[in-house]
Amino acid sequence: MTIFEQYATLLRAASPVALATVIDGPGIGAKLLVRPDHDPVGTLGDPELDRVVARDALGELEAARSGVRNYGPAGQTTPEDLLDQPTVRIFIESHAPPPQMWIFGAVDFTAALARVAKVLGYRVTVCDAREVFATRRRFPMADEVRVSWPKPVFDDIGDELGPRDAVCILTHDPKFDVPAVQGALSTRVGYIGVMGSRTTHDRRMERLAEVGIIAPIDVDRLMSPIGLDIGARTPEETAVSICAEIIASRTGRSVPSLRDTTGDIHS
Amino acid sequence: MKDLLEDIARWQAAGERIAVARVVDIEGSGPREPGAAMAVTASGEVAGSVSGGCVEGAVVGQALAILAGETEPGITTFGYSDDEAFAVGLTCGGTIHLFIEELDW
Repeated sequence: MTIFEQYATLLRAASPVALATVIDGPGIGAKLLVRPDHDPVGTLGDPELDRVVARDALGELEAARSGVRNYGPAGQTTPEDLLDQPTVRIFIESHAPPPQMWIFGAVDFTAALARVAKVLGYRVTVCDAREVFATRRRFPMADEVRVSWPKPVFDDIGDELGPRDAVCILTHDPKFDVPAVQGALSTRVGYIGVMGSRTTHDRRMERLAEVGIIAPIDVDRLMSPIGLDIGARTPEETAVSICAEIIASRTGRSVPSLRDTTGDIHS
Repeated sequence: MKDLLEDIARWQAAGERIAVARVVDIEGSGPREPGAAMAVTASGEVAGSVSGGCVEGAVVGQALAILAGETEPGITTFGYSDDEAFAVGLTCGGTIHLFIEELDW
């Protein structure tokens, strides 16, 4: 099979794959196909260059980023090593599976949030311990609906969650919120938002402190109350404020999160 | 590239030679992200896009020149900062860098 045939097969199967191409410098057009847990296929013209680019490509793939990187002909990356060397410019094209959003709590806001998250390309799972609420019929827009307490879910999928993924806890019920926050904090998930009024938030922080969640390294990860301070009223507006906060947390832009403001949440 | 696979498979089955243009870098506001791709056959059929329709015509010309062996594969830049901006520019004022090559790998 040619590299293109292998690449096309992986794209059709929605398997994570990165394609590195020399776009400028010696060996223009050379290809290296990189996948997690597999040996790279092809060569960029030098074994050390292949090794360094394969490593970088896996990083780019995890971040779902595509872009150009510069190397020396033998994979040099430090400026001193690159003096008097031709530059090899390499385009790394990443194809990562969609980011995940886990919504805990089958409440009024859940359907709207699931809909907006789908528009943004998330794979959405709705999870609630109450069988009567967590039904496919109520959440046809979700990719999956799971009836479970939070802990087994995080035991099951916690290792899969990464910086691009989001956990949104909408239950307002400490019985469910506290284990969901504990579970989310045990993962590398990029965004953790927890819904509730400012009073609910204060009480929840007390409950979390009782189970030992007091360290700034944990508490600072929580966006609580969830969402931006845009005066959202309806479930749909709230969903937009949550998704906008997720985008801003990824891009590092400073925006008025409810967590960092005071006063009424709804205008 | 994913959305081009069906067209490429059909063209390859018909024995067509194909060039692929991919967005590799953008500066300022670019309409498509790195990875956006467009394919052009030697007989002039086209699939996909690399901008909002601003530069596709010029890309077809470049792709055909590469397939004909008149131009080497490589990076082609379109944008406001370019002299060509007034001839084939991006209405958004950004700059895009494309890598165009034959699909022979």
